[in-house]
Amino acid sequence: MTGATRTVPSLSGVVARGGQPPASLDTPVKIDVDRLNFYYGEKRALDGISIQIRTNLVTAFIGPSGCGKSTFLRTLNRMNDIIPGTRVEGKVEIDGEAVYGSNLDVVALRRRVGMVFQKSNPFPKSIFENIAYGLRINGLTRTKAEMAERVEESLRQAAIWEEVKDRLHDSALALSGGQQQRLCIARALAIRPEILLMDEPASALDPIATQRIEELIYDLKKNYTIVIVTHNMQQAARVSDLTAFFWLGRLVEFDRTDKIFTAPAEKLTEDYVTGRCG
Amino acid sequence: MKKRLDLLFQIASLMTLVIALTALGALVWDIISDGASRLSLSFLTNIASRNAAEAGVYHALMGSIWVIALTGALALPIGVAAAIYLEEYGTRSRMARFIELNISNLAAVPSIIYGLLGLGLFVRLMGMGQSVMAGAATLALLALPVVILSTREALRTVPNTIREGSYALGATKWQTIWHQVLPMATPGVLTGLILALSRAIGETAPLITIGALTYIPFAPDTVWSKFTVLPIQVFNWVSRPQAEFKTNAAAGILVLLVLLLSMNAVAIVVRDRHQRQGRA
Repeated sequence: MTGATRTVPSLSGVVARGGQPPASLDTPVKIDVDRLNFYYGEKRALDGISIQIRTNLVTAFIGPSGCGKSTFLRTLNRMNDIIPGTRVEGKVEIDGEAVYGSNLDVVALRRRVGMVFQKSNPFPKSIFENIAYGLRINGLTRTKAEMAERVEESLRQAAIWEEVKDRLHDSALALSGGQQQRLCIARALAIRPEILLMDEPASALDPIATQRIEELIYDLKKNYTIVIVTHNMQQAARVSDLTAFFWLGRLVEFDRTDKIFTAPAEKLTEDYVTGRCG
Repeated sequence: MKKRLDLLFQIASLMTLVIALTALGALVWDIISDGASRLSLSFLTNIASRNAAEAGVYHALMGSIWVIALTGALALPIGVAAAIYLEEYGTRSRMARFIELNISNLAAVPSIIYGLLGLGLFVRLMGMGQSVMAGAATLALLALPVVILSTREALRTVPNTIREGSYALGATKWQTIWHQVLPMATPGVLTGLILALSRAIGETAPLITIGALTYIPFAPDTVWSKFTVLPIQVFNWVSRPQAEFKTNAAAGILVLLVLLLSMNAVAIVVRDRHQRQGRA
């Protein structure tokens, strides 16, 4: 790969090509990424990514394994910081604030940008404590009653309250895979982030649990800006408003989801979504 | 042919296990047959005496408990803190790798060397005298490498997904370590601590080096008291010519063994409770 960055289609470019987007998709820009490069040591994993993630929409990242979509997702809340030997170039702004700015508080950033991981990772504590942890460390509740209220609210938002309300103090590890993942979503929602990053949240779940997560995503976008990485193209088509296709560390195409799946502008995208490559 | 080799290896493994266990069993049996008859409540509550039949281990037992409790209290926080630094903060640095190598080396240093260090550093330079404190500090040095190594091992078994989950909620590194990583590592840390203390409780040489007394007319009442410990008492009795004292020595060893086994039992209970808390 050469060091040169290249211009990639951003939504504005796409709009010019495809005409005016429906009004519902023309929401304010939440995350603005400009010519982002990312390195694991010497190896360049992301090459000149430019994209604008819009408020209260679901944006899906698709692409084959190793294309950089998860890596890119993790640059948005600086989760890659904890991997030694990584390096970032370029600009990421959330609401105009530079995510990689020298005086940015990473802890405060992650409070605004929640994350749900591919493999559900509940803490080996009770269901209640899993949710309460984020509230406690961030000092978000003052009284016990307030804490209990926030825990219930988060579990309801994640559509798991009815299943766990009678065993809040049992271990979270006793829950099923799908329940654990919804618990992790509830945990992320408890601290009321503005953005929710989801890294293949349903890849380890059965179809029914997957469906519940997808319905949940649909409900959540009213209040959150959601970015979801997925291997499953049907899933991207079902849950997202906009879809970005990644290939070998580059953003190949970014457009309305229906366009990506029915009339992509790039040959590579078409080959991928029709299953001819990748 | 392959199958036969497999069987052969199985038999060889079994044989070595049998040999090791037989040796241990014979040793324990020998001590029990020598000393069990001497064990009684008065043996535990009597103090050392010139008369073998009246002599007991009270002062030595109390000394051992004082020293080992204080050793644990010193070695645990320092060892865990050092392991956290090496594992969570400084893994990549050259300095950390240099320290790491030296800690592994320290674990293999003969205990008498620690005794000499304790004598020079704690007893003389820091003026602790021949006190419980000086003895515990010396044994803590001896225990530290094992505590550090086993804590690091335990920290390494905590999955990274847990750390990421914590960071993603806006936790600082310290909050992540304190609330998530350390509790999960606790069973491993405790196992290491008990292993280290089990070695320390049987140590004689370093304590004799720093000047622990072989005869003492009182049990420690503060950390600055002079003291003796069970292995030293046993060593003292073994070196007497009279056969009765040999019996006392065997009984003293039995007391030490029971103390050791009960320490291990406590550790296992604490560890299991911790593991259950994670699941239940």
